[in-house]
Amino acid sequence: MSSVIDVRGLEKSYGSNKAVAGIDLSIESGEIFALLGPNGAGKTVTVEILEGFRTRDAGKVSVLGTDPSIQGEAARQWRNRIGIVLQSTSDAGDLSVRETVAHFAKYYSSPREVEEVIGAVGLAEKSAELIRTLSGGQRRRLDVALGIIGSPELLFLDEPTTGFDPEARRAFWALIDDLRKTGTTILLTTHYLDEAEALADRVGVINKGKIIEVATPELLGGRANSLATVSWHGPNGLQSERTDNPTALIRKLTETYKDEIPELTVKRASLEDIYLEMIGGADDHK
Amino acid sequence: MTTNKVPSAITIGIARGGLELKQFMRQRESVVFTLAFPIMLLGIFGSVFTNELTDGVTFSQYFVAGMIASGLVNTGFQQLAIMIPVERDFGTLKRLRGTPMPASSYFIGKVIVVFITMLVQILLLLIAGVLFFGVNLPTDPYKWLTFTWLILFGSAASTALGIAFSVIPKSGRGASAVVSPVVIILQFFSGVFFVFTDLPGWMQQVAAIFPLKWMTQGMRSVFLPDSFAAREVAGTWETERTFLIILAWLIAGLFISIRTFKWDEQR
Repeated sequence: MSSVIDVRGLEKSYGSNKAVAGIDLSIESGEIFALLGPNGAGKTVTVEILEGFRTRDAGKVSVLGTDPSIQGEAARQWRNRIGIVLQSTSDAGDLSVRETVAHFAKYYSSPREVEEVIGAVGLAEKSAELIRTLSGGQRRRLDVALGIIGSPELLFLDEPTTGFDPEARRAFWALIDDLRKTGTTILLTTHYLDEAEALADRVGVINKGKIIEVATPELLGGRANSLATVSWHGPNGLQSERTDNPTALIRKLTETYKDEIPELTVKRASLEDIYLEMIGGADDHK
Repeated sequence: MTTNKVPSAITIGIARGGLELKQFMRQRESVVFTLAFPIMLLGIFGSVFTNELTDGVTFSQYFVAGMIASGLVNTGFQQLAIMIPVERDFGTLKRLRGTPMPASSYFIGKVIVVFITMLVQILLLLIAGVLFFGVNLPTDPYKWLTFTWLILFGSAASTALGIAFSVIPKSGRGASAVVSPVVIILQFFSGVFFVFTDLPGWMQQVAAIFPLKWMTQGMRSVFLPDSFAAREVAGTWETERTFLIILAWLIAGLFISIRTFKWDEQR
């Protein structure tokens, strides 16, 4: 099987600004891939080229075996197989949730059941309400409902939980997890590290128009092999030691302290630490 | 999995028309402005100017022709040139573009909304005119034929020009401020609120470039007795010229809107 998304040598400039400076990317069927990067790194431009919203200057792009720059009837057939959840849309406040979802269902050849989709995004109770009465998080859920109503093989999610409170974010993650079970391939952009870690099979870090690394969240930036920091409350106050073998250190400490080691913590670099290091490192090359 | 065919552009377009009508009806301001405002204007002007222009032609009779022509511009040009920038601003257009809905369906939906709101507006205006302001309807079938093609081609041109003009407002919020003065000035220049031949010559000449003047004159040929043609600029109704000028604006509007239509601000 070929990849769902295959990108080779993608480039795009705006004036003298190289927004995308040679990106290679391959996303497999059924995978959830998170594209991570600071604002202005080239995430949105890259994704909008894949969505067929923007043109490219150079490179090869294949999305579901099709070049996204196609037009006309072929573009319709292609769009019938993908779903796009954009950043904040604020329209159609005068329609109910059900009316809107049912209307979008009419655009596709094999839409999912309207009520089932509304239920899947957790809006069943809001089904008859006008959109303008929904909260920000509920609107975002509606956006997702409109993205998946056509039973897409590939779903683009652009910063889906920006502006969510923690509870809403957890609920949203559960929704994405359900989509994973249906085998939908998902390309997610986010600048939340915990979101990428919770959802993605693989993470690509993008900065200054280039992909710095692609790895699973556990292995990103050599995270698994990074030093751990062991800290405890010693005779001279709080003590800490960086080590590649924390277990051995703790074994030694148990001999010293017999009973409980006071205030013991073992900390590995979080994805955020690794990420900030990568982005910072890339900054230095400027 | 996708053995079914993607629905046709026409099927989706009709669905869009239905949806947009529903949205229109739920916005009370737009309903009042589009449907009741012309009747209020007729009431005001009909009460202020009670004199007869010539024997048997009241100002209300003259004015109702202008208001119907204005209706073509309000429901097409004005409505779309304001609504489309708002939809662009809200991201509605970009979202639609990400679906299998073709652009033609979007425009079919707009045409349906324009056409139905236009028909309802004109119908209400005629009913109010006949019942309350002594407006006489034509009896000559030839005049109703003129009325029909004026409505069809006039609202088509108005729709196309509204879509073409929709690229000009920079934001949805500012659209009304850009579009409404254009329409109001054109109404004054084109002889909607005043008798056209009473206007200064330069105003008449400016108005003659734009289609509203011709729609208004065409509607007068429907609602005023043929003897009144002598009081027009050319001394006749200029029916053929009216048709050709509206057609030219329709073609120009279609051409410009196809070439310049924007789904969103960036590329």
